[in-house]
Amino acid sequence: MKQLMLGNKAVARGLYEAGVCFASSYPGTPSTEVTEELAKYDDIYSEWAPNEKVAMEAAFGASLAGRRSFCGMKHVGLNVAADPLYTMSYTGVNAGMVIVVADDAGMHSSQNEQDSRHHAIASKVPMLEPSDSQEAYEFAKLAFELSEEFDTPVLLKMCTRVAHSQSVVESGERVLPEKKPYEKNIQKYVMAPANAIRKHPVVEERTKKLIEYGCTKNVNRVEMGGTETGIICDSTSYQYVKEVCGDSVSILKIGLVNPLPDGLIKEFASKVEKLIVVEELDPVIEDHCKALGLKVSGKDILPITGEFSRNIVAKALGIEEHKGTALDEKLPVRPPAMCSGCPHRGLFYTLKKNNCTVLGDIGCYTLGSAAPLSAVDTTLCMGASLSAVHGFNKMGGKETEHSTVAVIGDSTFMHSGMTGLANIAYNQSNSVSIILDNSITGMTGHQQNPLTGYNIKGDPAGKIDLEALCRAMGFNRVRVVDPYDLKECDRVLKEELAAEEPSVIISRRPCVLLKYVKKNPPLKVDRDKCVGCKSCMKIGCPSISLKDGKAHIDATLCVGCGVCEQMCAVNAFSAT
Amino acid sequence: MDTRNIMIVGVGGQGSLLASKILGYLILNEGFDVKVSEVHGMSQRGGSVVTYVRYGDRVYSPLVDEGEADVIVSFELLEAARWMKYLKSGGQIVTNTQQIDPMPVVMGVEEYPENLVEKMRDKGAKVDALDCLKLAEEAGNIKAVNIVLLGRLSHYFDFSKDAWMKALEANVPAKLLDINKRAFDLGFKAGGK
Repeated sequence: MKQLMLGNKAVARGLYEAGVCFASSYPGTPSTEVTEELAKYDDIYSEWAPNEKVAMEAAFGASLAGRRSFCGMKHVGLNVAADPLYTMSYTGVNAGMVIVVADDAGMHSSQNEQDSRHHAIASKVPMLEPSDSQEAYEFAKLAFELSEEFDTPVLLKMCTRVAHSQSVVESGERVLPEKKPYEKNIQKYVMAPANAIRKHPVVEERTKKLIEYGCTKNVNRVEMGGTETGIICDSTSYQYVKEVCGDSVSILKIGLVNPLPDGLIKEFASKVEKLIVVEELDPVIEDHCKALGLKVSGKDILPITGEFSRNIVAKALGIEEHKGTALDEKLPVRPPAMCSGCPHRGLFYTLKKNNCTVLGDIGCYTLGSAAPLSAVDTTLCMGASLSAVHGFNKMGGKETEHSTVAVIGDSTFMHSGMTGLANIAYNQSNSVSIILDNSITGMTGHQQNPLTGYNIKGDPAGKIDLEALCRAMGFNRVRVVDPYDLKECDRVLKEELAAEEPSVIISRRPCVLLKYVKKNPPLKVDRDKCVGCKSCMKIGCPSISLKDGKAHIDATLCVGCGVCEQMCAVNAFSAT
Repeated sequence: MDTRNIMIVGVGGQGSLLASKILGYLILNEGFDVKVSEVHGMSQRGGSVVTYVRYGDRVYSPLVDEGEADVIVSFELLEAARWMKYLKSGGQIVTNTQQIDPMPVVMGVEEYPENLVEKMRDKGAKVDALDCLKLAEEAGNIKAVNIVLLGRLSHYFDFSKDAWMKALEANVPAKLLDINKRAFDLGFKAGGK
């Protein structure tokens, strides 16, 4: 059946048809929908794991037990899961195992632009790279075949434009392979030095066989279009090259990007006068060609940063760019902002008011760094807030510990905040750790986590008691506040900053976008009472603006959270 | 046929993903190759968002580049102006006249630009502007702005009304279908091209 399918949904369909039985992932844009789609199939066990490392190890266990398994993550998630990956390359698998990693060239929703192909090369794990939804579907199935044929986990690399583009897919039926019995095999699965030493040469031999595979199978394919120019490309770059050049150049389209097909590349190069590599981000294929002794052009004519597009590729190839007409004036930018009624807003306003240094983390609350709140000082990676506030205060001492906090979301805390908090408890820095508990994983579009009490299907599940967890770690001071209550937030924050021992503040209120959260009617402004002092605008709520010198509320956006009301000295706000 | 390029632009949260889903479904049913490229994640939080829809005999790039769009559909006036440079010469803008203040305007640092429709026309763009929010209210739900706009947009395609309705039925929850059909009709009937 022909269907328009999101790249990520196509991956899920492919995995499903290949008989995947186990899926464990941590959400991360642009990878999340693969697992969300798998969760819709009742004959697959699926789950959100606390982090990517746990997800990958769980998938390893499932493979060991004899069922095809999957884990998915974004590019930076693969850093977290790198530890099991590099050694699973040695152990190999029992039933097939596929790891989806989604890169984010252009950084639509990421803190860096790292190129996951380096992880594939360094871990010596094969990596497939689809260029549209149909290929995403086919490669997901192929990945399981390769995994079992070559006894290795297989990486399936997506990127934002493949993951979040819909294109036509012709899908088939699910075929469930026989369960493979688990057999104890210490030489294969116990990577103690003596066994690992024997395994490493096996991995190198496997790579040679995969190079041969890539040279002879149609996972990499040549489309000849004359002998003048030959272009080697992968992923969406293939689409842009076809868009610009059509059939007028010869193309070597790489589908198996690790290991690269040396023989095929050399043969292709020998058939064309000029060789160009078109690839987003790092010159991975280009450098490989150079190592093969080929004269090749690539990053000398194409950018190493950001996404490609038709125009970028056209310009590099000396073909005319398409141009449009813009207005003459500079238009106001529209950066993303915390939503109207976002529970983080009241807390961040309180932090700003108290001139706090705020070591931040990864989530919607990163938006607390945006004007007018500008309340976040750092954003590094998942969990870094709690670890960094410890170091900051150890070196800052009295100068910083009474004015510095760490902020971390509930899901991020479960992901990799607990170990940072353990360090504060163990090595005793006088730090204030604020857990922003909005009862969901927000930024990636509402996934459950171990603190919400629900599983991936929305059914009741285990629920970790956050307060009890913090106390068990050794914190005597664990406070809970409602971030809609500005006075209470201010009072508790001041008390905990003044305290002479480490403390945890839990700022708890569910994300306003959750369906079960009851929204209040929008507030309205009494224009006679409003004096136009702009106090209410200090919180940076998208619902409030100034119209003819007085505050105005956009009734289509306002959810009546009442935070602005608390900012007003003349009681100009009221419920409609 | 040559590939036709549509862009759907607006503010995160306005429902552009549903609009592109309906459009993609419709185009596929009409027998074309089609690609739809969306924005998920952080940019969705009230930021400027764009969805690209391309269709024809064979579509390669999932993106529409500067100077390539046949039609830009905008959920918000300032966003129409922001993305105008993606319009090809002689291209059509179909825009909601609703204004949503971006953060620099909310903060009082910048002003919301005036007379944007006229300014876009002065630059040679064909602009079809209508107050979709008002029509959505009339249909019974202010969230139906996206469907009002689709109704308007349908004038710029050669697809039958029936085909549009089928796409709507396949992609909108049954209990909201009546409101959305009303919204589509109100957009459709809101004046000629």
